[in-house]
Order: sequence, then C-alpha cells, then structure tokens
Amino acid sequence: MLEKAIIGSKKYYAWLALVLAVAGAGFCCYLYQLVTGSESSGLSRSFPWGVLIANYTFMVGVAASAVMVVLPYYLHNYKEFGRITVLGEFTAVAAVATAMLFIMADIGRPERAFNLALYPTPRSPFFWNMVLLGGYMMINLVVGWFALDAERNSVPAPPWVRILSYISIPWAVSIHTMTSFVYSGLAARPFWHTAIMGPRFLATAFAAGPALLIVLCMIVRRISTFDPGRETIQKLAIIVCYAMIVNIFFILMEVFSAFYSGMHSHAAPIKYLWVGVEGHRAMVPYMWGSAIMGVAGVLLLLIPRYRLQEAWLALACVLIFISTWIDKGMCLIAGGLAPTPFETISDYAPTAQETVITLGVYAIGVLILTVLYKIALSVKSEPAAAVHP
Amino acid sequence: MMRLDRRDFLKCTAAGAAGLAAFHSVFLGRVFGAAESRSAAAPGQKVKRWALVVDLQKCIEGKAKGCINACHQWHNVPEWPEERLEVKWIWEEKFSRLFPDQSFAHMPEALRDRPVLALCNHCANPPCVRVCPTKATFKRPDGIVAMDMHRCIGCRFCIAACPYGARSFNWKNPREAENLRHHINLEYPTRARGVVEKCNFCAERLADGLQPVCVERAEDGALIFGDLNDPASKAAQVLAAGFAIRRKPSLETDPQVYYLISTVR
Repeated sequence: MLEKAIIGSKKYYAWLALVLAVAGAGFCCYLYQLVTGSESSGLSRSFPWGVLIANYTFMVGVAASAVMVVLPYYLHNYKEFGRITVLGEFTAVAAVATAMLFIMADIGRPERAFNLALYPTPRSPFFWNMVLLGGYMMINLVVGWFALDAERNSVPAPPWVRILSYISIPWAVSIHTMTSFVYSGLAARPFWHTAIMGPRFLATAFAAGPALLIVLCMIVRRISTFDPGRETIQKLAIIVCYAMIVNIFFILMEVFSAFYSGMHSHAAPIKYLWVGVEGHRAMVPYMWGSAIMGVAGVLLLLIPRYRLQEAWLALACVLIFISTWIDKGMCLIAGGLAPTPFETISDYAPTAQETVITLGVYAIGVLILTVLYKIALSVKSEPAAAVHP
Repeated sequence: MMRLDRRDFLKCTAAGAAGLAAFHSVFLGRVFGAAESRSAAAPGQKVKRWALVVDLQKCIEGKAKGCINACHQWHNVPEWPEERLEVKWIWEEKFSRLFPDQSFAHMPEALRDRPVLALCNHCANPPCVRVCPTKATFKRPDGIVAMDMHRCIGCRFCIAACPYGARSFNWKNPREAENLRHHINLEYPTRARGVVEKCNFCAERLADGLQPVCVERAEDGALIFGDLNDPASKAAQVLAAGFAIRRKPSLETDPQVYYLISTVR
C-alpha cells in the first residue's frame, strides 16, 4: 500500500513540497537553537516552559480523541463510524508524532533522550508519557494499517486487529490523563494542582480532536471521491458539542473552588489570565478570545439550524479547535508559570525562532497526516470490484 | 475442591501480610518516593542530615553579597547580562517574597523588605526528585539533593516542580559567559549548555571535611551549617534553642534550610 503515497497528482506533490519547505525552515531554526543554545527563546528560569510544551500538551489531546470514533465503532458496533475509523487512527498517529517531536525540540540535550529508557523512572510522568505515547502511536498505526489492508482486499480484518482496537480505547484515555499528571502533580503551581485537570484535559481533547476530524472529512470529500457521509459528520458534531460543554462546566467548577475558598494563590492565576495582575495582561486577549470562540462554537453546534449547514458547522469546528488550542496550550502554561513562587509575575512571549520551530513541527505532523491520508483515500476511492492479485 | 485448615489459613494470611508490607515499602517507596517519615531529622542516627540555618538577625543588607560571590565563583556559575538567562545558586530576595504567607501589612518594614538569602532547600521530600524522568536529580542518604549533569536531558520538569524557584537552566553555553572565559575554578567542573543546575550544599567540599563556601565566607556566624542528626552540632543546638521558620511548610516538602527568627529564653 505504501506505493500509493508516492503516486499522486501535481497538486499532491506541490502540497508535499510546501509542507516540506515549512518543515525545513523549522528544522534550520532548530539546528541553530541546538548549536547556540536555546538563547533565542523567550524562556527564563522563572518561565521554563513555553510554546513548544503548550503545543505538545494540546496535540496529545488531539491524538487521544481517536477513541471517539474507535469506541462507537468497535465497542458499540456503530457502523457509520466504520467509514472513518482509519482516518481517526491515522490522525492520532500524526498527532502523537507531533507531540513527541515538540518534546524533542524542547529538551536541552536531545542526544540524551534515550536516558528516559536507560534509567527508567516510573515515579515521573514523563517516563510514562514516553511509554504511553510510543505505544499509542504503534497501536493506531498497526490497527489502521491492517484494517485498511483488509478493506482493500475486501476481506474481514484479522481478529487481533479488533483486540488491539479494544486495547487502544483505555490507552487513549491514559495518554492524556498522564499528560495532565505532568501538571496536576505539582503542588508548587496552584493553577495546575487540581484533580479536575485530568477530566478537563479529556473534555477538551474530545472537543478539539473530533472538531479537527470533521474539518478533515470535509476536505477529504472535496479532494477525493471518498465521502465520509453526512450522518457520520453530524454524529461527530454532537460529540464535539457536548465535550465542549463539559469542558466549560469544568472551567466554571475551577473558578468556584478558587474564588469561594478565598485562596489567593488559587485565584491569582485565574485573575492573571482573565483580567491581568499588576499590569501584566499579556494573556487577557487570548483568554477572552478563547472563551468567546468556545461559547460561539457551542451555540452554533447546539442549534440544529446551524449545525446541519456544513458552512456553519465548519466554522463552529474551527472556532472550538482554536479555542481549546489557546486554552489548553499557552494559557494553561502561562496560568501555571507566570505567577512565580515569589508571588511576582513573570512574562513570556514566544520569539520568532520558537514560532518557526513550532510551525516546522506542525509541518512534519501535516506531512505524516498527508501521506497516511493519501494511502487511506487511495484505497477507499478504489472501486469495490477492483481485484488485487 | 480445595480445603484449607485453620493452620494453612493462618500461614497464608501471614505470608500475604508480609508480602503486602514488602510491596508497600519497596515498590511504593521506590515508585512514588514516599517519605519515610514526616520529618527527615531523626536525632541520634549515624546517617547524617545536613541542614543550613540562616540567622535573620545577623543576615543584614550588604553582608550577603560576599557569600553569593564566593559560592558562584567556586562553582563556576556563569554571569549573563540578560536577566532572562540568569543562573544562580544562592541569591537575595526580600523577606516578603520568600515568605509571602508569613508577611502582613503591620510587620516591621525592616523585616518585610529585608534581603534574605535564598537557595535550594534540600527538601527531605523533594518534588524535583519525584518528577525527574532520568534520576539526574536525586536525594543522597545524607539529605543533599544532588544533580548528575551528565544525565540531565534538560526537560526542565524540575524547575516547574520546585516551589522555591531554586533551579536554573543553562540556556546558553555557560563556558562562554564573560566571567568564566577569564577565570574558572579547576576544583569544580563547569557545565554544558542545556542542563539544569542548583546549589549542592557544597557536597564536594563536605567530602573533604570542609564547610560550604557560603558558610565559610559568612560573617559572625550568620550562616550555621551542620548535621541535624548529631545533637551536638551547632545547627542542631541553634534550632533547639530558638524559633526558626521554613519556606512554604504547607507544601510538606520538609525543607532543610531554616530561617532563625529569635532565640527562645
């Protein structure tokens, strides 16, 4: 099947070239960072994590969301999703690869990354992230690949594919739960040290991931002869809608416990994000932008008149995707790190170099996604009667 | 059908209980780094428990600079002109910044704004050690929280986890810093770009029977260093005779840097 990735139209090659160019630019910036030190980042000893870790966190969520198509199809035999499970799994593969690349691009000594395996440390969430993300990527690649191969040959998938897909369901939940432990396990950071971090991560994941999948399905329908089906997209839209409502509910829970308890250290990060503290207002426009986009997206999805129209649906999905990207990306990091242990505020803004590296990592993710989707769509677009030797 | 008589049942129960106890102490202790006891200091033990007492009466403006410079020179700590790149092992911070939950409007201004020495607390229950994915930062049996600069991958999880802002990252190659280009102390290694560093309680000097640099340099006994498991040590005696506070005790990290407020008569 791999040959399908290298046989394509001129538009396909042009798209690959564009994505490779962005990835190349990011890689050059990364090499510069590696040789000179991360000196051109906006980070400091009081703000040690930035835009790379923010995007890592967000992309793990996108990866986990494949479970939202795998679970209804494999566990509840919801046939509609059978058409797009492979797309969901391949999206997860690209998203996990992107997340892991963000970590690699962020750490100070990437040549020592294997120390994670050489000195396994089960008490550290980063150790489990390595194990879980690596495993999740393999499971989705293998399940997606063999299910697609079976579809191509018009035979049922081997039975172990189904078993592996069952395993992928709790595994998907585990990757994002473990990501939340990176934050919720730190007593030093009141904004992160909350048990609702895990549930909130999952809620945003199950909103952002399927939202992306809806947009991808709409693109797929335009550029190929494969149609994911209107019913499929509408079901996904309802998942996005309720996951986002649950997320907003969780945010309000956070606000209540932080403010009603009168705990200054818990309220300060929320104030910093929403109204600013002592003149530090860097995140305020983003936080409000995220809130407005999130609520608007939910309203568009709740009202059938809009949800049923594809243009409005696409807009709602884009709004929710960007809303959660801001909220569980940079705002999450800033809420935890900007209020320092000395009750001062430290500011951070990504530099041009960090931005290009971020775009470069995303470009590699898009490249992986394009190649995997190309293979899947080539198979799915083939006439069912096509016989292979 | 399997039959169990009373004797076998008791045997099984005993074996199970022993197994659980072993599981609890070995596995849970290892995995989650559970603290053996709420307080690290256990007087009368052979194993050492290093601690530092900062006497707030004697630690007054201007005097601490000597300690800071001596430490940073000895440990080849790079000096960068940009605040963003800053690396520091020991530094001064206002009392109200170090002890935000111990400060209030009506306290003496001289205390609230007093620059106080801050450094790694060498917690008995250190969050940085818990989160490090490679054990590059680890707790020694004598309580010192140490770093292996050759193992650190530079993920900076420890910086995020430290409630005391005690850790610094080498954003640039420290050997290129102006102060280290001209002079380095050959008795202590320099670091590479991309690793985290912090105060090590002068573990290398303790091994030679010396006091930490800051303590040696401090005037009129403003800093007292010693083994809290030895009741005869100066540090243990000072703590037994006075009232000292620690930073953020509510986080239960059990810091081993004590700030002496006054002597109890």
